[in-house]
Amino acid sequence: MTAIRTQVVPDSGVKTAAPALEPLLSEIHEAGRAGRHVRGSEDADALIPNEFRRRASLDLPEITEPQVVRHFTHLAQLNYAVDTGMYPLGSCTMKYNPKVNDRIAALAGFAEIHPRQDDDTIQGALRLMFELQELLAKLTGMDAATLQPAAGAHAEFTALLVFKAYHSKRGDAARRRRVIVPDTAHGTNPASAAMCGYTVTTVKSDSRGNIDLASLKAALGDDVVGLMLTNPNTLGLFEERLREVCDAVHNAGGLVYGDGANMNALLGVARPGDLGFDCIHINVHKTFSTPHGAGGPGAGPLCVKAKLEPFLPHPRITRDTDGSYRRGPTPPDSIGRVRSFFGNFGVLVRAYTYMRTLGEEGLAEASNDAILAANYLLAQLRDSYDVAFDRPCMHEFVLSASRQRKQGASALDVAKALIDEGFHPPTVYFPLVVPEALMIEPTETEPRETLDAFAAAMVRVAERAKTDPASVKAAPLHAPLARLDEVSAARYPRLRWQRPT
Amino acid sequence: MTNSNPYSPHTDADRAAMLKRVGIKSVDELLTAIPKDALRPKLGLPAGMSEIEVQTHLEALAARNRPAGAGPFFIGGPVQRRYIPAAVPVLALRGEFLTAYTPYQPEVSQGTLQAVFEYQSLLSELLAMDVVNSSMYDGSTAVAEAAFMAVRTTGRKKVVVAREVFYQFRDTLRTYAQGPGLEVREVPTRDLVANAEGAACLIVQHPDSFGALVDVRPIAEAAHAAGGLCVQVTEPHASALLEPPGGLGADIAVGEGQPLGIPMSLGGPHLGIFAAREALVRQMPGRIVGETKDARGTRGFVNTLQTREQHIRREKATSNICTNEALAAITAAAYLALMGPTGLRAAARTGVAKAHALAARLSSVPGCAVALDGPFFDRFQLRTPVPGRDLKHALAKENVLVDDGLHHEERDGIVIQCTEMTSDSDADALVSAVERITAGTRETVAAR
Repeated sequence: MTAIRTQVVPDSGVKTAAPALEPLLSEIHEAGRAGRHVRGSEDADALIPNEFRRRASLDLPEITEPQVVRHFTHLAQLNYAVDTGMYPLGSCTMKYNPKVNDRIAALAGFAEIHPRQDDDTIQGALRLMFELQELLAKLTGMDAATLQPAAGAHAEFTALLVFKAYHSKRGDAARRRRVIVPDTAHGTNPASAAMCGYTVTTVKSDSRGNIDLASLKAALGDDVVGLMLTNPNTLGLFEERLREVCDAVHNAGGLVYGDGANMNALLGVARPGDLGFDCIHINVHKTFSTPHGAGGPGAGPLCVKAKLEPFLPHPRITRDTDGSYRRGPTPPDSIGRVRSFFGNFGVLVRAYTYMRTLGEEGLAEASNDAILAANYLLAQLRDSYDVAFDRPCMHEFVLSASRQRKQGASALDVAKALIDEGFHPPTVYFPLVVPEALMIEPTETEPRETLDAFAAAMVRVAERAKTDPASVKAAPLHAPLARLDEVSAARYPRLRWQRPT
Repeated sequence: MTNSNPYSPHTDADRAAMLKRVGIKSVDELLTAIPKDALRPKLGLPAGMSEIEVQTHLEALAARNRPAGAGPFFIGGPVQRRYIPAAVPVLALRGEFLTAYTPYQPEVSQGTLQAVFEYQSLLSELLAMDVVNSSMYDGSTAVAEAAFMAVRTTGRKKVVVAREVFYQFRDTLRTYAQGPGLEVREVPTRDLVANAEGAACLIVQHPDSFGALVDVRPIAEAAHAAGGLCVQVTEPHASALLEPPGGLGADIAVGEGQPLGIPMSLGGPHLGIFAAREALVRQMPGRIVGETKDARGTRGFVNTLQTREQHIRREKATSNICTNEALAAITAAAYLALMGPTGLRAAARTGVAKAHALAARLSSVPGCAVALDGPFFDRFQLRTPVPGRDLKHALAKENVLVDDGLHHEERDGIVIQCTEMTSDSDADALVSAVERITAGTRETVAAR
């Protein structure tokens, strides 16, 4: 008899039977069961000249609606999600995603409007975007914002094109070919720089987890485009000499890009615009509670100081003297269009709703609670794991499983063992400067009892690593699947369903 | 004290206990690294609202927009008003999909991974392409990434794009090209073949932005003969009836996936479709899900070929993309599963039939003519006796929405997009409004 597969109910430690795995759609297919949601006459085929008609077969699966509904419902039940349990992924800000935001984004007045409609017919949407631009600029201490970028990485690329245009306007673009990133930077930062044709100089961190100021100064020169800096950085630490860092870059003629992935620490706490940044992007899918959607969509508005505004992508949303809202004319120095239309509007509606719901006090409270929750967890875990840089953290912190590694269980093993405890693992092996990194971000929306339960689970795993590391290496035992073979997946790629031969 | 953040679970007693455990009296004791003069600024944001207040406020804003269903609607192009089966949002917006993160822990993310694998399989079949990635931001950035991929593959820096590709896609391509400093040459579709020499790729759209059917095969052959790639911009519904990109010689197929069950939402979030031939897979941007087995030998799915990606390769990655549009890919999978081949073809056929019927009727209005020489699909450009923009505004006053959105200086007129949502009464309303407006204009012109 096959053993019953089990999984752990998030957050409770209770074991239950794991849901059954699902066949693929093509394995449920039965000819003649096709959907009947739309009718159409085959007469239309005669309108298409023969030489253009599809000759290839079209073997899409034929499945009835009740089967499709069960299929995707069963698939959904194989997922861990914020709606099912705590998701302490560092750098991702997996806070609760309010349901009212989703309902509002689905209103016909928002969901069923086309971007090529005239401004007169979308005044409510344009006003929402105009107000959101202003809210974000005020919150970050910047002068202007564009809502177009679809994600943080898209905003990085957009900003570097803006930097290029800025330097070009000053006659300085040809020699400025180098972007500086700290060794704690997200992988997107150097990748965005490379897409702009720039080379990347990596600067190391100092003993307190800051960007090393002396190394930065040594790396600066008149060939530098700018610095891409996350603050608080990916160690969860606020840069202690931030203004000196920004001044040094500016003195070299460079610009300072703020990677806003960690903005959830700063709402009402400090404005990047007051600290020396020339621009910053916002991950609204992190800071402003819009759901991550299993990897996207997000949205990455870019907020800038006035000197960079002329270069922002068009169209820009403007307000006329009569109080109406327009997509303004293309500014002469604009870098152009970075996507088809104005941004991930359906995501931006959710972010606007969230900001208006919380208001200034609620947003400040959110960051305060996020910082408190992270430090509370850190206090409970500092004896069981090594702390990468032991000073107060902001909204997240980085532990090292180096001790556990020596005992026989790596950071990856610890992560998988947490699944057996009913928790989604933290971010592992990032940032790169911390060996066996475990990056933990609890957010402000987890109750204290959940934080306590997570800390207790982490401590139990550390204990097991000491006494029975083999059991940690074997994890997860209580999940829909055991560990997956990623090596053979990459060596022999099977990237689509194929008919059994 | 009541919380200002309605989603906070913390009571004051919780906070006091947490502060005590940390060993501090106030969170400010943790913020000593922040310059004093910058700490806790007044932001000037509005005060918070209750859920009922915010719902009312946002409903009022939504009411100031004219949704597509509020009258005759013929705007289309990359973003189309298509029928969305009721089950699509019910499934795709389930919290377990909606509120999950990128599936970095596959043991607890099989729902996402398998759903995306289904999407890859379905699109691969529809486009007759070997490999489909798990999404780009939208059609325009998919085009730009395809150009970058062709540049990486061929080592050339010139990209040739047809002027009949959606203008939004061409604009985005030009913007992206400023990054690595690529040369982007725009030529009419008919001149692509003559410009193949030295090009990393030829980018052709079929059906094109005006709706015309394009013979892609000779363009692909010319690209290959010159050592470059052929990138075809396509539309998912068109591929159900027309020979798909894989059968026409395209090396990379890209397009806007919004018509696959995703709301128009003023242009986003949408779905960038990105497909390629197998030989090019290691040059592809974005995430790809692959099949494998777990330690017990059970089939499962994982993100794979990750050494192409930014979190591993940093500046040597094939793209900087991280957050993508995975939920839109899952939505498209649910849509295609529900529609099946029959439903998809039926939707596509209905658009084609309605567009041709409407084209015939509008062509009989004095001064109007279909501005295409050859066959077209489910949209067409109409040459009109008055400037397209003026006619568009006049029609909008009668609550009939059409597009002049060509941004193609040589070709004025309006563009009419039909889908299965186009009703006969909408078509009647358009024809009679065009008759009335153009007749009125002729009289005005005659009176002068």
